Amino acid sequence: MKRYLQNADSDWFKRRLSGVIICAVAAFVLLMVRAFHLQVLQGEELRRLSANNCIRLQGIDAPRGLIFDRHGRRLVDNRPAFDVGVILKDARPLEQTLARLAGYLHLEEAELRDRLARRNGEAAYKPVIVERDISRDTLAVLEAHKFDLPGVVVNVVPRRHYIHETSAAHLLGYLGEISVAELQNGLFPEARAGDFIGKSGVEKTFEKYLKGERGGRQVEVNANGQVVRVLQTVPATPGKNIFLTIDQELQCKAETLLEGIAGAAVAMDPSTGEVLAIASSPTFDQNDFVSGLSNQVWDEIRANPFRPLENKAIQGAYPPASTYKIITAIAGLEEGVIDENTTFFCPGHYRLGNRTFRCWKRGGHGKLNVVEAIEKSCDVFFYQVGQKLGVDRLAWYAKACGLGTPAGIDIAHEASGLVPTADWKKQRTGVSWQAGETLSVAIGQGYNLTTPLQMLALTAAVGNGGSRLRPLILQSLRNPDGEILYSCRPEEIGHLPVSPKTLDIVRRGLWKVVNQKTGTAWVARIAGIDVCGKTGTAQVFSRKKNEALFAQERPAFLNSHAWFVAYAPAENPRIAVAVIVEHGEHGSSAASPIARELIKTYLRSPLSQTVAAGAVEAPAVDELGMPPG
Amino acid sequence: MFDRRLIQYFDWGLLGVTVLIAALGLGALYSAVNGDPGMPHGSLFVKQLIWYGGGLGVMVAIFLFSYKSLDRWAYVIYFGCNLLLAWVLLFGKYVGGARRWIDFGPISIQPSELIKIGVIIVLARFYSRFATTRGFTLRDLVVPLLLVMLPFALIVQQPDLGTAMVILLIAGTMTAYVKIERRSLLYLLAAGAVAVPLVWFDLKGYQKQRILTFLNPDRDPLGAGYHIIQSKIAIGSGMLTGKGFLQGTQNALSFLPEQHTDFIFSVFSEEWGFVGALILLVVFLVLILWGLNIAYNCREPFGAILCVGLTAMIFWQVFINIGMVMGLMPVVGVPLPFVSYGGSSILTIMVCVGILLNVSMRRFLFE
Repeated sequence: MKRYLQNADSDWFKRRLSGVIICAVAAFVLLMVRAFHLQVLQGEELRRLSANNCIRLQGIDAPRGLIFDRHGRRLVDNRPAFDVGVILKDARPLEQTLARLAGYLHLEEAELRDRLARRNGEAAYKPVIVERDISRDTLAVLEAHKFDLPGVVVNVVPRRHYIHETSAAHLLGYLGEISVAELQNGLFPEARAGDFIGKSGVEKTFEKYLKGERGGRQVEVNANGQVVRVLQTVPATPGKNIFLTIDQELQCKAETLLEGIAGAAVAMDPSTGEVLAIASSPTFDQNDFVSGLSNQVWDEIRANPFRPLENKAIQGAYPPASTYKIITAIAGLEEGVIDENTTFFCPGHYRLGNRTFRCWKRGGHGKLNVVEAIEKSCDVFFYQVGQKLGVDRLAWYAKACGLGTPAGIDIAHEASGLVPTADWKKQRTGVSWQAGETLSVAIGQGYNLTTPLQMLALTAAVGNGGSRLRPLILQSLRNPDGEILYSCRPEEIGHLPVSPKTLDIVRRGLWKVVNQKTGTAWVARIAGIDVCGKTGTAQVFSRKKNEALFAQERPAFLNSHAWFVAYAPAENPRIAVAVIVEHGEHGSSAASPIARELIKTYLRSPLSQTVAAGAVEAPAVDELGMPPG
Repeated sequence: MFDRRLIQYFDWGLLGVTVLIAALGLGALYSAVNGDPGMPHGSLFVKQLIWYGGGLGVMVAIFLFSYKSLDRWAYVIYFGCNLLLAWVLLFGKYVGGARRWIDFGPISIQPSELIKIGVIIVLARFYSRFATTRGFTLRDLVVPLLLVMLPFALIVQQPDLGTAMVILLIAGTMTAYVKIERRSLLYLLAAGAVAVPLVWFDLKGYQKQRILTFLNPDRDPLGAGYHIIQSKIAIGSGMLTGKGFLQGTQNALSFLPEQHTDFIFSVFSEEWGFVGALILLVVFLVLILWGLNIAYNCREPFGAILCVGLTAMIFWQVFINIGMVMGLMPVVGVPLPFVSYGGSSILTIMVCVGILLNVSMRRFLFE
């Protein structure tokens, strides 16, 4: 230590301090000069600016991205709306101003004060919104009395507008004011109180693309709070535009067909998984949600026994009924318990132990093979296939076909449905599986639950040769200038557990369902188009226990649900559909005509001929007001 | 053990300057927290008073032993503070997007404030042992560099870039004071000149944007740029003699962000004008020169380097904070010593003054 220190003695340290002192003094002189510059040289000007707190920050809301259908038809846009705000600091005299404003807005003064009080700690120079979306007449009145209303500001803000009221309401969703919980959970880091965010459907799923980035401007205002000049502007970045896979024409058709009934209809392109229509009935008007729902409308929606807010296509879980026979047939053929030529005799019922299980056709179908059994939807045939397979093997096939898990559409709250197994029942109820229950499961009754979307995905997979595709709703994401940022591609999530031979057998059966006079959906045939499908009639209550009731008239809500799933044309299908009509009684009479109309509409529409026309071109937004062609 | 000369040589002048700045600071804070109706005003001021009281107690405790024992305990203090920093990262309180505080029941402290003292002590120990008139070569500087980088990295993780930067500046000042060998200095400068563009081109677009905004707040007119404009308006509108105590208007309407912490000089200058700002600056300069004078009078290297480090800490915080609110500097959160609200900041500055007083009163004592 001493060796090092012999050079650096205390005098050396003293000498080195001079540099430090010079630097420190110089730095302070710099600060003093700056203070002199600001306070003495610029003091006058800066005092003037401070007098009214002249320099203020105004937010510029980003226009939310628009939503289009697959052919570029506009579904959702923004319209200008006028919000009235009060800047407390400028509203002098306050009493008088508020009294006048309340009068012009037709509000109680107490109510107005109440709304002002909700500003919770915001700075006094920021406007508190007291009334949203005023009418043009009110706007004119406020403008005319502008000088009697100091501190009252009218902001033009973009408001969400759902062009086809009630159409695709469940898919598109709606906006709502951000809640305190959402502000605090960290999922919306840029959001502020009073912002509107997507609360359901596509608006919610694609919130981060749709919302854009808020801008703002620094402005200088005069003593009345009016803007004298704009100092700096950071423009808002508009949200991205979303092109859905939906075909608006088909969507409207589905909604028209479902009018007055509770149910759902979904359609998909089996080659890509693109969802072409997703309708749930009854529906609601999203525009009611945009400016805050009135209690009366809300109560009406809540009181409706047909659950308008539920998206039945993805949230409704129903027994798949005879549409499930597709899976029973696949399982039976693949497991070798039957082959193409195996025949069973159907006398109209089937005995298992001391119990009798009915076929839907009292007189029986006679002798038939698997293709005919699908065609005629013979229960007895599939009872025997199910019995040979056992519930667990059936369940394995059902799960491999995509049942029991959500189909994976990009909309929240999709139901999983249920594929029962022996273990599941034991755990759930404590009672062992009964052999008879397997028979119910084999024809899609019992504990089975599926959503229309799951059955659609299954049908599409059968139609396209076995490829299980994720249902897509986002076709492309584009900048406002039309630049494509994202374009969807088919997403294969699995393959049906079938050999080409098995699939061919099943598909022949499905073809006969529609195209043979003896098929259950003969009514759904379309001249010139080979439609393949399967009907289903899902009992909502047991015939066995309520034999007496069955004989008589019974209330409509005890009627069976009607199913129909289909794809067309038979080779290289371009559309698959699934339809459910709650309490529609028979799949053939209630559901299959709806599917038929949808298929016809889609395949005959000139737009659908040009496959995904919208995906190829990228027209700029301004040209997209009208449907092309 | 207690020497009478300690009282004889007590540095009343330094204590006087400290009391003066503390009084000015408390006045500014009172105004800053009083003007804003949205703030729980009384309680913050009282809390600050309590912290000053606690700081005074720590200061007196520091008199009781010679600063030379800091030389002996340097590494214990240094690593203790680093442990607290690591603790903060793991279990600290998460406030406003950063993890900076450790909760001790009713009070919470920021270890990033305390580590400044720790780094100064440990560097003073190292440099006092190895200083030569030739200056330090690059190889000699490896150890000090590691000693600085450890807490620096921990603080950047919080993140608290302002404090991290202050630590670098303090360490840089101390190193320059003990001299870097000429050739090594040239190498360092050359390496820096090469590294800056290399790093710059390696950065991602948004990172470049962030740095450019940091250097030029006007690029962000809705955030930092707006705050600086409001701050300049507040300071400038004070003009020559100010608007008077509690008469500031920018402050009252929450135009200024953080008006009781980082932007408190704006509140002070609006109310006391150029005269007030000048007085505050002069008093700070006196304090800094006083600290350097203690270093000058200290007859052994550890004390001298220690005092230069402590004074550098005060200097850089004052310079960065006031430079920032006047629009001369990038916008970083560095508290103004004695004035900004904040318990850890007050505690640290009182420890700093306590050590300066300690060195000063033992300047004529020899082992």
